[in-house]
Amino acid sequence: MHASFPILTALILLPILGAVLITIVSNKYLELVKVIAMVFSVGVGGMSIWLLASFKSADSGFQYVSQHDWVTSWGISWHLGVDGVSLFLVVLTGILFPLVILGVDPHHDHKRYLAWLLLLEAGVMGSFLSLDLFLFFIFFEIVLVPMYFLIGGWGYDKRVYAATKFFLYTMLGSAFMLVGIIATAVLARRDIGYLTFDLVTIAEQASFATNTGRWLFVSFAIAFAVKVPIFPLHTWLPDAHTQAPTGGSVILAGVLLKMGTYGFLRFGLYLFPAAAVWAKPVLLTLAVIGIIYGAIAATMQTDLKRLVAYSSVAHLGFIVLGIFAITSQSLTGSVMQMVNHGISTGALFLLVGMIYERRHTREIAELRGIQSVAPIFSAAFMIVMLSSIGVPGLNGFVGEFLILIGSFQSARWWTIVAATGVILAALYLLWAYQRVFHGEPDEANSTFAEMTLREGALIMVFIGLIGFTGVYPKPMLERIEPSVDKLVEHVVSHSDYKAPTTPKIIAEPHGEKVGE
Amino acid sequence: MVFAATLDGPSIPWVELIPILSLLAGTCFLLLVGSLIPTWPRRGYAWVTGISTTVALVANAVKWNNLYYNKGETFFADVIAIDRFSVLASITICLAVIFGALMMSAYLVRMNADGPELYALLLTSAIGALVMVAANELIVLFLGLEILSLSLYLLAASNRDREESQESGLKYFILGGFSSAFFLYGVALIFGSTGSTKISGIGEVLSENISIANTDAMLLVGIGMLLVGLGFKVSAAPFHVWTPDVYEGAPTPVTAFMASAGKVAAFAALIRILAVGLEQRVDDWRPVVWALAILTVFTGSILAVVQTNVKRMLAYSSISHAGFILVGLEAAGHVGSDGVATSMNYLAIYTVLVMGSFAIVLALSGNTDGETNLSDFKGLAKRRPALALAFTVLLFAQAGVPLTAGFVSKFAVIKSSVEANSYVLAIAAMVAAVIGAYLYLRIAVSMWLEEPASESEISVDPAVVIVIVVSVAATLIVGFFPELLLQATRLARFAPL
Repeated sequence: MHASFPILTALILLPILGAVLITIVSNKYLELVKVIAMVFSVGVGGMSIWLLASFKSADSGFQYVSQHDWVTSWGISWHLGVDGVSLFLVVLTGILFPLVILGVDPHHDHKRYLAWLLLLEAGVMGSFLSLDLFLFFIFFEIVLVPMYFLIGGWGYDKRVYAATKFFLYTMLGSAFMLVGIIATAVLARRDIGYLTFDLVTIAEQASFATNTGRWLFVSFAIAFAVKVPIFPLHTWLPDAHTQAPTGGSVILAGVLLKMGTYGFLRFGLYLFPAAAVWAKPVLLTLAVIGIIYGAIAATMQTDLKRLVAYSSVAHLGFIVLGIFAITSQSLTGSVMQMVNHGISTGALFLLVGMIYERRHTREIAELRGIQSVAPIFSAAFMIVMLSSIGVPGLNGFVGEFLILIGSFQSARWWTIVAATGVILAALYLLWAYQRVFHGEPDEANSTFAEMTLREGALIMVFIGLIGFTGVYPKPMLERIEPSVDKLVEHVVSHSDYKAPTTPKIIAEPHGEKVGE
Repeated sequence: MVFAATLDGPSIPWVELIPILSLLAGTCFLLLVGSLIPTWPRRGYAWVTGISTTVALVANAVKWNNLYYNKGETFFADVIAIDRFSVLASITICLAVIFGALMMSAYLVRMNADGPELYALLLTSAIGALVMVAANELIVLFLGLEILSLSLYLLAASNRDREESQESGLKYFILGGFSSAFFLYGVALIFGSTGSTKISGIGEVLSENISIANTDAMLLVGIGMLLVGLGFKVSAAPFHVWTPDVYEGAPTPVTAFMASAGKVAAFAALIRILAVGLEQRVDDWRPVVWALAILTVFTGSILAVVQTNVKRMLAYSSISHAGFILVGLEAAGHVGSDGVATSMNYLAIYTVLVMGSFAIVLALSGNTDGETNLSDFKGLAKRRPALALAFTVLLFAQAGVPLTAGFVSKFAVIKSSVEANSYVLAIAAMVAAVIGAYLYLRIAVSMWLEEPASESEISVDPAVVIVIVVSVAATLIVGFFPELLLQATRLARFAPL
């Protein structure tokens, strides 16, 4: 590919093109629709991997920047760029969508389903790549529409309620952010001299009065907190997850929730460092409450899918903890955990979906003894579950460990409480595993079909990623760390916050440790 | 004015009157030739209406072009202001008339009741609207208001086969007459206080005399009465109660026209009075508009939630939109704000959205024009996917989803509001917009996610197709390239005093 090829723009526009093509193709050619969806999603996935391969790991700034004027009278531009923070989320998006498109059958109305999925992919990509506040908001908000139709159109019995709740909840959060975005640009005009919504320009050149910055931060934080979701704004999540079709759940858990945590990093810490430091105790507390509450709530669930949904609340709590502990290690861990959670929870939702396909129930009480009739399926579930728990050697451990070790230096007591969440995770997941897979299968479960080849291939991709990052996280860490370090420096230089000196996660080329 | 042996009237620059004259010529032609020749070719009346409005539209467009480098001037002894604000509003109204005539033709063909009267009334109401947006004199404004309103009362009651239509016309007439009285009383009090009925003249008097003893209360009561009168016309809460009944009962093309052109005219008049005439008294009217705006956005969006009739839903949503325009107007009450331009921008976009939405309602309303319950929209995606998609785009645009014109209009108004430091109002309006979004989602749910109640064929008249296609295209084009419209609307300014 040529160096000047606008790859980031292509990552956003290709799925849209695919969706448009699918809409045009007549209903009669169902196979063609599937092929188009496959080609475009795999194409985008391939491009995201190419992006990963050619990403300069030592460069902490934005790469592949593409900037064009859009709405000149409001100072809005089509400004895209990728750095260590967003890179792996882009790749995760690029990988997850083709897997969902290839691996999960929506059962009816393939054409619309696939068109919505591709539009969703474009929206998610756009959110992770935008470097303009207005542009980000557009993608952040437009994502609701395809997701709404996916839950409402292909979900389970209470789908309309769940879809509406999801849409309104998130839109309410965004309402505050929209006012915040406009206010940020308008107030930054005094320092910059002209009206612009450009993230980098505002973050580097504008400074806000203490209270103003705090209000602005709060307006952004509400939107992100709903999206993450942070306790007590999480109530839309179990409903949306439980009612969404399997494909929708995978995408929702895999990448959509990350838009919130990513937003905190990119727009919270970067734009309003001083206010973020000010809000630190509150967000850390909410994060820890989320960890404990999510874990306890998950333990109580009788529906397997709802259990996984609540486990997301707990996992996302860890990520928020890492973000607001603001150390190099905790932030790196958070970015990594965003990807890990996407992989392992995405895979868990796939497996729960497979159970539902076979048994038409997700009630834990109605499932038992599956291990004896479907050992391969159970093994796959076991590995994915262990990754979600954070067992060493699998990906979940690396992220969670970095978060905890990093947070311990700047938020000791919160971290101590949060660490108990790791044990709780083992409790609710292992207990669920025991109830579903162990024991003697009754009549209904004795015919539980073993994993098909297609399902196996799909899960193998996830397990491969789980194993690889668990054993060899270095390629990932060395791309994330420079950008994260830069962000921490930015926070330190723009606020009275002193980051604890921490050793580099990745050793310098000559082998000496920095900072000790 | 000079009273001598002969009365010298002001000179009449006929060229400036082309838009109004063209509409008037169309009206006369329809009524005279219409009564002389009983049978016209199919849609003949609509063509005459369309052509005369197009002439008006072109004249306005030419005027807009000429005004590009100057702000405009006043004519006829300063009672008519032809400036970029009024020309832009006129263009919007002409577009609404063309859309309205297209929908009217589809409606009348379906009802088998084609005739010149309704088109003539459509044109006279448009004349009233054009006078209102350009009036720089309160009495002239009142004339325009009455021409517009009287035509609309008749149009609303024009479906003789539907009881609701009769009720709608009568209700609108009685309440409308009441509000006109308020308006007129307000004019009288303001005249008593300032000695002028010219909007720019009032502004001059107020800026020269900081406070006129003993006339202050009179002025304030006058301002209040004006706000009540025009608040009724723009259906701002708490003066909105007529809106759902009238919108539901009136024939759908009339509802569309009323909701768009009627609102543009009333808002343009309100904005001119407040921003030009009462510029010196912003501190008096701004809090009132602030309260009206909050009340209106919430009334519109909350009450919409419990409705079961799509026309009523759209009526409440139009109330909520009025609230958003008031948000822009409140911003215009601050120094250096572009609130006037963004309000105008909102009105232009709103006109297109509301026209397209009602066109779809018209397409589905059946032979009686009464099948507008939410249940009639069930499963539309299975019966007519393109229609459902078009309605979804328009509804999401009204909800303010990005990449549609509706988002651009909301964004612009909120930006004005934030620039004017009216944060509370901006946040309240956005929260209300989220509540309002529930309404649009409900319609979307019934179209996409429910099974059709009937399988009967839906035939869509080509004239309605034009309206739908144009409005959806405009919604998306402006949504993706807001600059196209913003370049025009940000020039919306008043003639120099």
